[in-house]
Amino acid sequence: MSDFTSGFWPIYISVLTLVSIIGTWVFLKSQTTRKLAPGEKPELIKHTWDGDLQDLNNPLPRWWLGLFYGTMVFALGYLVLWPGLGNYAGVLGWTSKGEYEAEVKAAEARFQPIYAGFMQQDIATVAADPDAHAIGRNLFLTYCSQCHGSDAAGATGFPNLTDGDWLYGGDPDTIKATLTGGRMGMMPAMGAALGVQGTKEVANYVLSLSGRQHDAALAAAGRTKFEENCAACHMPEGTGMQAIGAPNLTDKVWLYGGSEAAIIETITKGRNGVMPGVDQTLGTTSNKEAKLHLLTAYVYGLSQKQ
Amino acid sequence: MISHETIEKNLGLLIVLTILIVSVGGLVQIVPLFFQTSTTTAVAGLKPYTALQLSGRDIYIREGCVGCHSQMIRPFRAETERYGHYSVAGEFVYDRPFLWGSKRTGPDLHRVGGRYSDTWHVAHLLNPRDVVPESNMPAYPWLDRPLKDAAIQKKMRTLNIVGHGYSEEEIANAPAELADKTEMDAVIAYLQVLGIHAPKN
Repeated sequence: MSDFTSGFWPIYISVLTLVSIIGTWVFLKSQTTRKLAPGEKPELIKHTWDGDLQDLNNPLPRWWLGLFYGTMVFALGYLVLWPGLGNYAGVLGWTSKGEYEAEVKAAEARFQPIYAGFMQQDIATVAADPDAHAIGRNLFLTYCSQCHGSDAAGATGFPNLTDGDWLYGGDPDTIKATLTGGRMGMMPAMGAALGVQGTKEVANYVLSLSGRQHDAALAAAGRTKFEENCAACHMPEGTGMQAIGAPNLTDKVWLYGGSEAAIIETITKGRNGVMPGVDQTLGTTSNKEAKLHLLTAYVYGLSQKQ
Repeated sequence: MISHETIEKNLGLLIVLTILIVSVGGLVQIVPLFFQTSTTTAVAGLKPYTALQLSGRDIYIREGCVGCHSQMIRPFRAETERYGHYSVAGEFVYDRPFLWGSKRTGPDLHRVGGRYSDTWHVAHLLNPRDVVPESNMPAYPWLDRPLKDAAIQKKMRTLNIVGHGYSEEEIANAPAELADKTEMDAVIAYLQVLGIHAPKN
């Protein structure tokens, strides 16, 4: 089906293109005078400018004429071979989409055997393979490093992947699930429910869970409030729940900071950590499954060496 | 045929012939684009920018983002591997003016929608090096101020002239939609819808 909204446009394009090429040819021909015989003087143009300035009507140089005709021959050849005249696709049938698809296909054919080998191995084996590590590192730098850092050590709000502490779990299947579907962290804002003083108390209790410096009186008051409001996700002992990505509060890993002020902010406003899934990262690229496999292995391997 | 001398001595004729020759390229290559389905029909799911996104887009223009970021993924494997599906014409029908850009000091942004979380964008715009230590992008800390876009309704009405189709209700609600928002919110709202209606392979 033609992309044009009306059948007029292909004809309009073709006619204008051909008329301008042929028209230029005819016009050039009409302006070409014969080559001068040896010793013949060129005609003097019958006009004098600025008192004494006169022009000779020299014939157009042959080399220049040759070049000009050459461009017209090139144009016509081009229009036969490639698309240009309205809906005419050209003898070669070239399209930018076709060229792109051929490029992708060639790359797939080239990389498929390499990927196929890794696809048959389990994640732990792939993670130990130096070649897979090199590929995984490139994938990580392209798709993951913007948030998790090029050294995978994360930043405030973006988890460190090298420390062996996992929000959702660090086994190969869970890592793959995280990469595939992304994650939506959902800690509700508790500021209104707890009040300013209650928030401070709970924050001090949370500090006490990992043995940080805290106010013992406030922490004691915060304990029941924690059990009523926080334990459903973080568990009564504060050890967290990987099924819903609720962090363990008893270790020394703090995604949003472990100072009293940072914890109060977290409790008051809640936190919504979002990790986009594979569609936003690997997009519509080729060999997606294999890349996912290698990326999983790379991420898995990051904390295995410790 | 007209002689060289006639053309040279009749300034009016010289001007007409010059315009005629110069305009052929545009008449053949530009005019028909306005009558092609692929360039004039929106891709499935694409909607005109909402008031907040539209304001964010104007801030994107004001801050000169287009000077370093293109929004045009070319059909080369090297680009689609990094950014996602190559851009197609139907994704830009509501882009006035278009922001394709021609300079990539930073990465292409056409498929940035949904790629990072809002929180990431906030941290990144306040200081890019907080999340990407290698980044050479300038910080935009002043975006964290109230959004003031008094002309929003006028803009929407103007865009309606060229067929954006904002309803009276959308135009009436626009100031309320922008109330209590920061410039940062607006820019992020705009970034998060960029290229999210890519063709599916």
